[in-house]
Amino acid sequence: MSGPSPVKIRVEGLFKEFRTKKGAVSVLEGVDLEVLTGEFVAIVGPSGCGKSTLLNCIAGFEKTTTGTLLIDGAPVTQPSRKRVFVFQETGIFPWLTVSENVGFGLFDRSAKERDGIVAKNVALVGLEGFEKAYPAELSGGMKQRVEFARALAVESDVLFLDEPFGALDAFTRLEMRREIARIWKATGKTCLLVTHDVEEALELADRVAVMTRRPARIAKVVDVNLSRPRDSDDPAFRALKDGIFDFLGVERRV
Amino acid sequence: MLSRIRRILRPFLGIAFFILLWHLATLGNKRTDVAGPYLTLLGLRDLLLQGVLLKNIVASVFRVAWGFALAALVGIPLGLALGRFAVLNQLFNPPVQILRPISPIAWLPIATLLFGRVRWFDPSDLAAIFLIFLASFFSITTSTASAVANIETKYVRSAQNLGVTGLRFATKVLLPAAMPQILTGLRITLGIAWVVVVAAEMLGVSSGLGFQVNDARNNLRYDIVLAAMVVIGLIGLLLDAAMRSIEKAELTRRGILRAN
Repeated sequence: MSGPSPVKIRVEGLFKEFRTKKGAVSVLEGVDLEVLTGEFVAIVGPSGCGKSTLLNCIAGFEKTTTGTLLIDGAPVTQPSRKRVFVFQETGIFPWLTVSENVGFGLFDRSAKERDGIVAKNVALVGLEGFEKAYPAELSGGMKQRVEFARALAVESDVLFLDEPFGALDAFTRLEMRREIARIWKATGKTCLLVTHDVEEALELADRVAVMTRRPARIAKVVDVNLSRPRDSDDPAFRALKDGIFDFLGVERRV
Repeated sequence: MLSRIRRILRPFLGIAFFILLWHLATLGNKRTDVAGPYLTLLGLRDLLLQGVLLKNIVASVFRVAWGFALAALVGIPLGLALGRFAVLNQLFNPPVQILRPISPIAWLPIATLLFGRVRWFDPSDLAAIFLIFLASFFSITTSTASAVANIETKYVRSAQNLGVTGLRFATKVLLPAAMPQILTGLRITLGIAWVVVVAAEMLGVSSGLGFQVNDARNNLRYDIVLAAMVVIGLIGLLLDAAMRSIEKAELTRRGILRAN
């Protein structure tokens, strides 16, 4: 890396409360996080710690209660094509074909331009030959590839990944992790991943932010200075993993 | 193989059992009384020979088609809007829910007052179409609104995220996402419309299957009354089957049902 990258996402003292019949429930209690341009950051934490809510706030889907939330120096008020969200169980549209899904955000381009961008991104995720297929005809991993292609086609510069591999089987999950690592390297997008899988976070991210439940904030950020592709059997990898589990107070042995 | 034969035979067995019960319950009746299955069959023959059956079927189907199509044309967009915007729902859902339980037949005096003197293909066609429209409209609007309210958040957010809004959002995301449930609503509504058209044709109309039933009763031909009822049932079954096949084709394409 040459020189310091500018800050892409800045979160400072972020609070989020949900109003319920029994009163306000606080979900985020003073979250601080900084993501640099082109960086891959993972947020890990136990379920119910608010990490998905945090991602939904950063993506502009949910309003924050107080605190600073800036992307490229501007406050986030609504979702944008510049920053695309990849959903837990694929958010691609089952009523559209693969190409129609990939080109969905390109409605303001000419047909010719759109076809070119669609073809390029279908190729990037390795789905040539499936352009006319409906999602129902694809496997779970292939659907996830369609969603990545759709997110990349609009020339976004940030990808939000909300446990994108949660619904896949163990083998496909491994394959898709390699795939996202490859796409990230090839495109240089800023990636923010939310997962409860510490190993997944360490395999993919430059830095891993660890979130706790009480208080619901980022309690620790771990730098992952390991060369890629990463090996989960590498002692240095295991040491980082043990460190995070110890920090969260999780017993590792079954 | 044997189980397949059984599966195909069972519905016929059920119908045969029903006809047997019908036969036993009407044993010895003449055709001026509640007719049995055999007399009804003869009545059906007479009905066909009279040469008005087809005309009456067309009249009923025509009224249902117009009323139902107009209701879908207005009800689906309105349902999409009510399901999508809480403000519109708070404003317009109460009147819809108050008008919905009123039997369309109760509107008959108003319908004849409004449309009774308008002549189209047949006098008072418009009044009947108006009743079918009412019967279908509230049902379609309500089922579409609830279909939209049940759309998965991730589809709505995906569209928002990709900058798709307004009319494009309504036609490319909202409508297709709600389509499976809308189709179920349309199928059930068509069943209601078919029930209502017969009732509507009992009064002040001179064509249609409802008129046919009434006309046969006035001539004390209860065999023809029952024959017309059988025809009404069979056409209702056909309409339902047609809607079901449309529904199934859509669900198969979406991968919700497996193609076989």
